[in-house]
Amino acid sequence: MTAQLLFFYFGGMAVAGAVVAVFTPNLVYSALSLLMTFIHIAGIYILLNAEFIAAVQIIVYAGAILVTYVFVLMLFNPEQEKRYFHKQYKIGAFLGAVVLFLMVFAGFKTEILSKGGPFTVEYVEEIGHTRAIGNALFTDFIFPFEIASFILLVAMFGAIILAGRGIKKPKGPGGRVDLSSRRKAKEAIVGER
Amino acid sequence: MDLIIQIVVIVVHIAVVLGVVLTHVAYLTYAERKILSDMQDRLGPMEVGPHGLLQPLADGLKLFFKEDIIPAGANKIIFSAAPILVLVPALIGFAVVPFGRDSFFIGSIEFTPYITDINIGLLYVLAFSSIGAYGILLGGWASNSKYALLGGLRSAAQVISYELPLGLALVGPVLLSGSLSMKTMTEAQGGGFWHWYVITQPVAFVIYMICAIAETNRLPFDMPEAESELVAGFFTEYSGMRFSFFFLAEYANMILVSCVAVVAFLGGWQAPLAALDFIPPIFWFLAKVYFLLFFYIWLRATVPRLRFDQLMAFGWKIMLPLALVNVLLTSIVKYFLN
Repeated sequence: MTAQLLFFYFGGMAVAGAVVAVFTPNLVYSALSLLMTFIHIAGIYILLNAEFIAAVQIIVYAGAILVTYVFVLMLFNPEQEKRYFHKQYKIGAFLGAVVLFLMVFAGFKTEILSKGGPFTVEYVEEIGHTRAIGNALFTDFIFPFEIASFILLVAMFGAIILAGRGIKKPKGPGGRVDLSSRRKAKEAIVGER
Repeated sequence: MDLIIQIVVIVVHIAVVLGVVLTHVAYLTYAERKILSDMQDRLGPMEVGPHGLLQPLADGLKLFFKEDIIPAGANKIIFSAAPILVLVPALIGFAVVPFGRDSFFIGSIEFTPYITDINIGLLYVLAFSSIGAYGILLGGWASNSKYALLGGLRSAAQVISYELPLGLALVGPVLLSGSLSMKTMTEAQGGGFWHWYVITQPVAFVIYMICAIAETNRLPFDMPEAESELVAGFFTEYSGMRFSFFFLAEYANMILVSCVAVVAFLGGWQAPLAALDFIPPIFWFLAKVYFLLFFYIWLRATVPRLRFDQLMAFGWKIMLPLALVNVLLTSIVKYFLN
């Protein structure tokens, strides 16, 4: 009973946060309501006995990714965004509807719900969620896990190369960054004025 | 009836821990002023009470009765919410710190020396300490002042950069104890000081201490509030109670990172020698925390402030690789010893 009430609270707040994040014109409010969503989703993970995922959810999404977003928002102080329909909104709406339909459809498929894996509540409670997820990740799922980490590594290299493009290495002790080459690189991206 | 008793017991636990922590926060400000003045050969607060002992009380009263000013151009909602967003994560971490070994009983009701022992205790502390950055960032932004904004941005950059080596330094003790629970971690270090992880993980301990100072925005890493260039950083525009919230959060964070350091590296409430076990464990815990806090203040009086780009380069180019190498070596050694 308590678990159900808590689930509705966490779920409702997560959805409400997401809705506000999409509809508010103020980008900072948007980021803050997204923070609310992340924290409440962590609450749902705790209800599912997945406390490791809950902590990682807060550390990674709330503590790292969203902080970076807010950081960028404050650095550039963007204008208040006006609501408008993007040209491709029809395709977007169609794809969104398809995904939503598939999710609802999957939710009602009883064989997915009734199918129990080896990771029952009793098993997870006995050996601890962190150990259970570690065992699964580093034995059965080691290949997808390594692939994912490799893709992240490639993305990291890409980001570093993109950000460092056109900045010449400073020469000698106390050398300064050559600004003219950076300006050239900027012109190459933005185009001649 | 059982449920009511349970709730009352939980509330009593929380009230006791909060009371103790907030008292310590108040007297930490006093201790800091006294130790600093001692090191600089002056007296420090002397007027209020014997040797200025009531000074924190007077300061608190003064802040409480001060006029609360919200700047005209500020975003009122976020300006008011930011101090709370800083203080709550700083206090909430104390829920998982084991202060002592033995529970005591009143009738059949058990009072444990910690609020709760969850099996991801360490991650819980890290998760909530990362939320604290929002308060600083938003406080700086909502003030609508360039000094506050710059202070907030610097702080966010610093906290994000130093969170990584801080977490990686804690991986060492986690690998050795095989648990994320702070209670289990303390128990794994029993039987003499040579079992403490500061002996087996000295590099991780040094990395942790440096990053903890950076995380709490203390000197020599107090760039977000460097008074010679940014007035008072992200809380330039704050006054009265809201200002005191930021202040409380900073000192509560200091105590929290010291508590985590004591649990992860200095054996928590364990006595250094088995012969000294007759002294209550909570005494050892407090003694170690006080030592680390003294170390913090000592450092403040000794080391000059870094430049901001040096600080970032130090975090990313030295601390992070060092912490990664430490994790790798610890895992390899642990694997071959088993």
